[in-house]
Amino acid sequence: MGAALEIRNLHVSVEDQPILQGVNLIVRQGEIHALMGPNGSGKSTLANTLMGHPAYDVTAGQIIFDGMDLLDLETDERSRLGLFMAFQYPVAIPGVTVANFLRNAINARMKDDDPDSKGIPIPAFRKMMIDKMDLLRMDHSFGGRYLNDGFSGGEKKRAEILQMAMLEPRIAIMDETDSGLDIDALRIVAEGVNRLSGPDLGVLVITHYQRILNYIKPQFVHIMLDGQIVESGGDDLALRLEEQGYDWVRERQNGNGR
Amino acid sequence: MATRHRVARDFQAPPLSRADVETLSARANEPDWLLQARLAAWDVYETLPMPTTKDEAWRRTDYRHINWASAGYLAAANGGTYNDIPAANRQPLLGEQQGGLIAFVDDQIVHREINAALSEQGVIFTDLRTAAAEHPELVRDHLMTHAVTPQDGKFAALNAALWTHGVFLYVPRGAAVELPAHSIFYTSQPGATLGHVLVVLEEDAQINYLHETLSPTLDTDASFVGVTELIVKDGANLRFVNLQDWGHHVFEFSHQRARVGNDGQLDWITGQMGGKLVKAFMEIDLDGKGSWGRMSALYFPDGKQFMDLDTQQNHNAPHTTSDLLFKGVLKDDARTVWQGMIKALPGAQKTDGFQANRSMLLSDNARADSIPGLEIEADDVRCTHAAAVGQIEEEMIYYLMSRGLPRAEAEKLAVDGYFVPVLDRIPFENVRDRLMAYVERKLLGTS
Repeated sequence: MGAALEIRNLHVSVEDQPILQGVNLIVRQGEIHALMGPNGSGKSTLANTLMGHPAYDVTAGQIIFDGMDLLDLETDERSRLGLFMAFQYPVAIPGVTVANFLRNAINARMKDDDPDSKGIPIPAFRKMMIDKMDLLRMDHSFGGRYLNDGFSGGEKKRAEILQMAMLEPRIAIMDETDSGLDIDALRIVAEGVNRLSGPDLGVLVITHYQRILNYIKPQFVHIMLDGQIVESGGDDLALRLEEQGYDWVRERQNGNGR
Repeated sequence: MATRHRVARDFQAPPLSRADVETLSARANEPDWLLQARLAAWDVYETLPMPTTKDEAWRRTDYRHINWASAGYLAAANGGTYNDIPAANRQPLLGEQQGGLIAFVDDQIVHREINAALSEQGVIFTDLRTAAAEHPELVRDHLMTHAVTPQDGKFAALNAALWTHGVFLYVPRGAAVELPAHSIFYTSQPGATLGHVLVVLEEDAQINYLHETLSPTLDTDASFVGVTELIVKDGANLRFVNLQDWGHHVFEFSHQRARVGNDGQLDWITGQMGGKLVKAFMEIDLDGKGSWGRMSALYFPDGKQFMDLDTQQNHNAPHTTSDLLFKGVLKDDARTVWQGMIKALPGAQKTDGFQANRSMLLSDNARADSIPGLEIEADDVRCTHAAAVGQIEEEMIYYLMSRGLPRAEAEKLAVDGYFVPVLDRIPFENVRDRLMAYVERKLLGTS
């Protein structure tokens, strides 16, 4: 039984404005979940809260990962525990090459496990990076470029997937909230998820793009509305969204007397 | 206001005299022409007032807290040896082979080695006093005549009169030297040292040169009054790297100036890490048609360190190009001033001058002043500048942390990356590594 990410009754505010209002969700290793919902429903807030962005204020609830309460941990500790987030808008780090950055990130994990660790030897690191690049069909020259600096949108997505491949997380959150506008970016992310998915990786893809099923096959689909998950189901739910949009969801909510 | 001014401490001069000049020169058995040059400079020194914060170039740099009783007497050799200098600084700069290495502890030369390859090419690399005795015409022609002159300022005149030690690097016409030259000024005690660096590249000569100044941190003030002169003649090519790593008790006042002839090239990189207060004038004169000069700096003060880097790019001839990139990171209560001027003389058509100063503040108490300036008298030129001061980007740190890097390591990576454009201009891998290690110590607060 793999590790699980458990979100329990999560309430989050940004600048005192409540955004998430009681989110419940469990993502296990080996599962692919899609979280969908219209703009402003709180999807991106959920992603950043899971990763520990300081601007997001958890007012109630819990996030449990592998038995630990993530809310007690800093962003870097969550990462080393096996949580990964692919950023919607990856940040450029001028002067730091992809390779140098990844080696530092891997070494940080090794030092966490063993304070005396000297880190990964450079030849072993190079081999690992080249293997992962080949798996993802990426150009090897990528490693020598400054991270996200001057990258095209597609290159940034590839860099995120490469990082995910190198860091081998147990649970990955793909924040693609607005990427519905950029089919290409979503396709790159989906291909990466498909190549990397397996029994050790749980994935939560966040998007509002309704045709996601063209690229990825989630076992679980959730719909978020007004800071809550209001519908959960299988990929039939995504099919229905593709055909009918979100209106029926909202109507059903209103019909419930809200 | 007036009352407050009267009670404030004065801008005092160090307790040095004409007799110190005579004693210093006599003790070293210097040739008479050198003594006369020193005395003439002393006369200039006497006519100049101590700079005050009323002078534009010193407006932001108040050094009145210097304790001249500790920092103002000439430091005398006290038995320091080559091995006192940290081993990392004594390593060859490239691979195993040393090119030339000259080291001083306080005012004494403690080490000199020069690879036969350099001697065979006619390179002179020796201490300035020996050079003045053995190559009087070369030294006399170039020492404080072309680049820095005593009239340039109070501290320039003081160095001219009382330089305690110096390096002379001479590369003859057409010699393209492959191995680098390296010199070290290390001070081990309080008091004043006045170091001089004189570099002359004859026509079409080429060399890479690293000069370092450093000391441990002591309890009482010390001063370093420095002059660096870089004379790059027609078609010559000099890459000069200057690293400053004084202890936190040192006040540095220095004048550094380069002159570049027709189609000459100067790539000048400076790393400023130490010192209590640093005031450095750094100037490039592009005298020859088609000459090129680049000035790059990285600096990282912390604690209460103060650094004032005052640069000037003088386009004195047509078709000249200058490019300046100064990047600083400031921690704690550190303060920096960068004041940069690009000048183009009336005849300097088709010149291209650029300057950029960037500062990253790691604390709310740090302060960086950035003052670019242009004085353009030619009409067909392109001169531009850019300056920016900002905090380290939290979104960058969050992104790096999201990959498992603890905050301190995330900050180090961001700062390393920030310095990379300047670091990449340093041709010595071991120096780049040392600087990276230095940055790490500063960030972790152990420097």
